[in-house]
Amino acid sequence: MTSPTSQAERNEMDTTSQLGNKCIVFGDNVNTDVIIPGRYLISIDPVELAKHAFEPLGEEVQQRLYASHVVVGGKNFGCGSAREQASTCLIGAGVKAVVARSYSRVFFRNAINTGLVAVECPAAVDAIEEGQDAWVDYHAGFVTVGEQQFSFSPYPPMLREILESGGLIPHLMATIANEKAAAKKEIAAKRAAAKKPAAKKEESR
Amino acid sequence: MNKTFAVKALERASGETNIVPGQIVDAYPDLYMSHTASWRCIRTLERMGVDKLYDPDRIAMVMDHISPAQTAETAAFHQLSRDFAARMGIKKFYDVNAGIAHIVLMEKGLVLPGQLIIGTDSHSTIYGALGAFGTGVGFSEITATWVTGKIWLRVPESIKIEIQGPLPVGTYPKDVMLKLIGDVTADGATYCSVEFHGSYVEQLTVSERMTMCNLAMEMGAKNAYVPPDAETEKYLTEAGVPLDSYEPLAPDPGASYRQIISVDGRSLSPQIAVPHTVDNVVSVDEVAGTKLDQVFIGSCANAKYDDLAIAAKVLAGHKVASNVRLIVTPASAVVMAKAAADGIVTTLIEAGAMITNPGCGACAGNGGAMADGEVTLSTANRNFRGRMGSYESKIYLSSPATAAASAIRGVITNPSEMLDSRPLQSLVR
Repeated sequence: MTSPTSQAERNEMDTTSQLGNKCIVFGDNVNTDVIIPGRYLISIDPVELAKHAFEPLGEEVQQRLYASHVVVGGKNFGCGSAREQASTCLIGAGVKAVVARSYSRVFFRNAINTGLVAVECPAAVDAIEEGQDAWVDYHAGFVTVGEQQFSFSPYPPMLREILESGGLIPHLMATIANEKAAAKKEIAAKRAAAKKPAAKKEESR
Repeated sequence: MNKTFAVKALERASGETNIVPGQIVDAYPDLYMSHTASWRCIRTLERMGVDKLYDPDRIAMVMDHISPAQTAETAAFHQLSRDFAARMGIKKFYDVNAGIAHIVLMEKGLVLPGQLIIGTDSHSTIYGALGAFGTGVGFSEITATWVTGKIWLRVPESIKIEIQGPLPVGTYPKDVMLKLIGDVTADGATYCSVEFHGSYVEQLTVSERMTMCNLAMEMGAKNAYVPPDAETEKYLTEAGVPLDSYEPLAPDPGASYRQIISVDGRSLSPQIAVPHTVDNVVSVDEVAGTKLDQVFIGSCANAKYDDLAIAAKVLAGHKVASNVRLIVTPASAVVMAKAAADGIVTTLIEAGAMITNPGCGACAGNGGAMADGEVTLSTANRNFRGRMGSYESKIYLSSPATAAASAIRGVITNPSEMLDSRPLQSLVR
């Protein structure tokens, strides 16, 4: 088994907009029970979950998954349950991006919110073959397959911000930290402003 | 004006005006539901180091997916949620005895017309049965909303589905929905708000509307909606909700829809989803005679009081086939108590059914697992591979009437053959 991705490697991924490498190709309507069966939802650890990713499809598929960095899906990828682990198990398995014809809405949300790049690019899906390399540039909005490039609409700025923070929770934590810092600054500024007239008073005495 | 229900609901929840489909808004939901996944939200909150919540009164927790606890680990998850609710003053906490979150929250009068409700469950579309905008999200999003009170939502386009009735004997809301899902496919309504209209929908009970809105998720819908009316009012009044405590929303008569679908229910026959996708739908007659090992009457789609009443009506005076295990899991404690008081539970037991405690039960893989090669006919909303035990087992999905008739014969059976022409409504209203 290929070793699950370390946090450091994932962080490295988050700093570049060009992601990808070897692809594993699936068909239409890949559902969340197949991606991560309900019985394993007692964990939220990406590495632990990755051990059971795509288990219903057998070990051969799992081994190919672990050797891949891009999951390619048909239409309605990730349909079914709202389980967020459908996205985190892929991250744990070392997947850097998902390229699909379309997504179920909850899977798409969960991907963004867990920091997994998921793009809709039907033309790229048509072009990619099993085991081939593909690269996703989510800033520029294109997927590169061999010599070919396929464009997709880039993320709205707000979603890109969440994605680049590594997901919704890190994004929220950063926002809270920034707000706290800004509030501290403001208090300090107010104190400084309040001190000035006081100082003047002292001078006048 | 040309506003759909979804546009109006998200305008109300975001405080913005003149929003359009495709736009992303920050909306403030009225209720955040988390089920057994609550522990994941709590752990995430702990990781964030935050202990201040936006509004504990908007948090609802229901321990439904694994109830009662199966292992020390799942017991600890329940304990964590229980303790957290007590510590944070979360009053809307319902323990392992209550039943399925969606049904419990509606029974308690916590879901109101015009509200925005998010839940850690894809079938949160069910809240449309009371004219609310309900949608499923991941647990991180619930955690973030606990803290900030808001969530980003894309304003959806809308699909209007007009259904004319009455349905033939032996067909029910589940059959209408399975037919629709088969026709439009599992992604036919992805990202869309689905509105149900028409003479058939108008005469449905709130419970039947729940089945409609619940199943809408299986065509990819973001939310579902039935226009609130006198039936909605009656349900809410019985749940103890004062009339002046909510303000329903209705789409404008000239609302713009991406698609309008007309369904003539009068020509419908009982439908069934065959393995392994919900949109793999055929008429029951096409697979009649398929041998079954287990029948499951349960889930947020079809284990409410009227569902159990229909099953009991079919099963009364019959015995479940010797080769079949019939598992009945009432949707909630309230449903179970009423069914017990009315003799429905006794009828089911005498026919050979096994009654379990209320909750998600076998639909969430909580008991009722199958061995390799086995087949279950279920009244739930999903038949994905491996959802109920072995990856080499099969799940079919049908109405409670089809499930009950099939349990008697031991093979998939069209229930019309086993029902007289008396309207079933007379038994359940």
